[in-house]
Amino acid sequence: MERARAGQAPGKVRSLMSTGTALGRARDAARGVAWFFKGVMGENAYAAYLEHHEASHCSEPPMTERQFWRDRTDRQDANPEGRCC
Amino acid sequence: MSEKHNGAHGHKGVLETDPDLPPTAIDAAVADAEDRRWTPAKIALWVGIALLGGIAWIMLAIVRGETVNAIWFVFAAVSTYFIAYRFYSKFIERKLLQPDDRRATPAEYKADGKDYVATDRRVLYGHHFAAIAGAGPLVGPVLAAQMGYLPGTLWIIVGVILAGAVQDYLVMFFSMRRGGRSLGQMAREELGVIGGTAALLATLTIMIIIVAILALVVVNALGESPWGVFSVSMTIPIALFMGVYLRFLRPGKVTEVSLIGFALLMLAIVAGGWIAETEWGVALFTLDRVTIAWGIIIYGFIAAVLPVWLLLAPRDYLSTFMKIGTIVLLAVAIIITRPEISVPAISEFAATGTGPVVPGPLFPFLFVTIACGALSGFHALISSGTTPKLIEKERQARFIGYGGMLMESFVAIMALVAALSIDRGIYFAMNSSAAATGGTVEGAVAFVNGLGLTGVNLTPDALTSLAGNVGEESIVSRTGGAPTLAVGIAQIMQGLFGGGGAMAFWYHFAIMFEALFILTAVDAGTRVARFMLQDSIGNFIPRFRDTSWRVGAWVCTAIMVAGWGAILIMGVTDPLGGINTLFPLFGIANQLLAAIALAVCMAICAKKGAFKYLWIPALPLAFAAVVTISASFLKIFSPVPAIGYWAQHNAFKDALAAGEESFGNAPTVEAMEKVVTNTFIQGTLSIVFVTLAIIVIITAILATIRAYRNGGGDETEDAPVPSRIYAPAGLIPTPPEKELEAQWNALGPAKRPVRSGH
Repeated sequence: MERARAGQAPGKVRSLMSTGTALGRARDAARGVAWFFKGVMGENAYAAYLEHHEASHCSEPPMTERQFWRDRTDRQDANPEGRCC
Repeated sequence: MSEKHNGAHGHKGVLETDPDLPPTAIDAAVADAEDRRWTPAKIALWVGIALLGGIAWIMLAIVRGETVNAIWFVFAAVSTYFIAYRFYSKFIERKLLQPDDRRATPAEYKADGKDYVATDRRVLYGHHFAAIAGAGPLVGPVLAAQMGYLPGTLWIIVGVILAGAVQDYLVMFFSMRRGGRSLGQMAREELGVIGGTAALLATLTIMIIIVAILALVVVNALGESPWGVFSVSMTIPIALFMGVYLRFLRPGKVTEVSLIGFALLMLAIVAGGWIAETEWGVALFTLDRVTIAWGIIIYGFIAAVLPVWLLLAPRDYLSTFMKIGTIVLLAVAIIITRPEISVPAISEFAATGTGPVVPGPLFPFLFVTIACGALSGFHALISSGTTPKLIEKERQARFIGYGGMLMESFVAIMALVAALSIDRGIYFAMNSSAAATGGTVEGAVAFVNGLGLTGVNLTPDALTSLAGNVGEESIVSRTGGAPTLAVGIAQIMQGLFGGGGAMAFWYHFAIMFEALFILTAVDAGTRVARFMLQDSIGNFIPRFRDTSWRVGAWVCTAIMVAGWGAILIMGVTDPLGGINTLFPLFGIANQLLAAIALAVCMAICAKKGAFKYLWIPALPLAFAAVVTISASFLKIFSPVPAIGYWAQHNAFKDALAAGEESFGNAPTVEAMEKVVTNTFIQGTLSIVFVTLAIIVIITAILATIRAYRNGGGDETEDAPVPSRIYAPAGLIPTPPEKELEAQWNALGPAKRPVRSGH
């Protein structure tokens, strides 16, 4: 099975698998919920960055995971996001 | 319409599709045909939704038995949302905004993998909702419940579909067409220097008052509550731990750390119960409101100057986690337990305006008491800037902007239901200020029974046993909405899960849930306001523009914290009760911001040349302007002291001059002097807000008239760039969308352009 890319809903990967069984469907549903939840929490940000980096054919190597998350919070320091009342 | 208009067919030459790729948009004719294709199943579905909604509204508004079941609120709300989303937001899309999926969004043409990232629409919906929904929709409806259930329900539902969701959608769309520009930048561009500056100043002062009043809600919920103080303070070490964990131990494991944080949070709530049973725990954590207020002020300053990774980011994760979990849980609980509501449809206070919770008659005060959930100007700050940089396709703005706000409105309906499910006598005992009840059980019973409400007969026993059940010393005069909602949620959750002692846990769970949002809003709000202030001062002293300059950052943070801190302390020590005098200012401020946002949208629509559909933003603008300006004028000019700040100010001043030693609810000369000062500040703030908002609205009307005379105005959108990605517009793809999506999925990985999950 191809690794689910960060941007893709699990549904697109699902078509590659034979998921006739109830167990398979339940597993897909759980995977879908996990994907959605991680997305909302922002966990997929590094995967998204890597995808972007790869697609932009940049010659420099991408930041490591640790560097990326540091950079991310440091940028938030300089560009605060509001939270609503 | 003017030639400048960027309709779906305005950029034929520029927006050529790459011949190697499938189309990037559903053909306009196909999309149209799909919208107009009414199969019997579709017709049956919509007739069913309409019937269900109709029956629910009849049950709420016309059939008034002894009680009404909470499920009708859910049906009325959800059916109306569906109909509004399907028909009205579609109408706005088709006639006014005309999104074009062949155009790349900023997330695509400015993609950097960091701030500008094309994000799956469903994920972004959750993301946007988590950013807009906070404590506001949970508090306002609770306070407005004193007018009965119908006015609040009508305003939340009708308000959101015609005003709140429209504002969010328009602001988001216009910001998306402008590379994700903020509301402030758009105001300056569209309204010129005067309008733009007034909008900026208004936003800044409004943020101060909003942060102050949110903080006041937390202080009132935690005052004299050792359990609450302990568990809410534990969120700070928990967040610090999560921050260190994410920074040094396992970077990026956001869900994992949130689960750990959540487990610790639950432990903190349970441990709070143990601590509140011990003598030393009570001695250590029973704090009076002034001390807690100072604690929040000091916390606010430190949190706003600490690096984001240490406190703000982990707290935000925790808050998002709790928000989504609790809201889903509450919806399920309400649907399963279906509480009966015995509050009258329209109470006596709607007309007389003498309600003890928030003073003033239904018009205009209902509409300012419930701001978030119906129309919230604060959303314009989120809908411009952050979310537009993440939208994948233009047509998704309807789902995320309009649809996201509908979800917040549903949260407000649930909060209203939770507040309404409480016994009415208890509701008034909790929400009348200590000045009225004396803060004692006997005082509360005497006051509430003296209100002369039909069917209300409060006993001292009801108050003490409820206080015992929720693990508090007393529940009398726990104003601010949060404790009332917590009692409502605790009752509903206990109905679902049962178990003795569970009520105390759920009560403190709900308090924690609200405190978490509010504290996140406090540090984020202080930070955003600090940057705005630095930017403004930077016009005169350029060095302040450099946001990494420590001294500047600290000075501006201190100014902002001093601003909201002063109002917070004023509210906490107010002899007249605090929340009931300040809350109207919160609603007015929030809706004046909405009026400003809608005014900017109207000016943009006029410059686009869309005069025929100008009423779409103009209608909610007119309503918001009438409501907030008249509410402000009442607050400034009303001769009734309970309503008018200056009337109150003068009454107390005259009493002092006459040498009286106690007056109204103020028992001492000192308290009287405090009232004189407080009402002066509140009255001045009212004048400032309304003046700034009127300036912005007038400049927007002038810009609109100018555009009308010229048949349009300058183009302020970014130049169109052809898109190279595709994704469906709504939650569920239509058959043509599915087909096109399949074509894209069939592309080889080398050709497939970037998409992403965040």
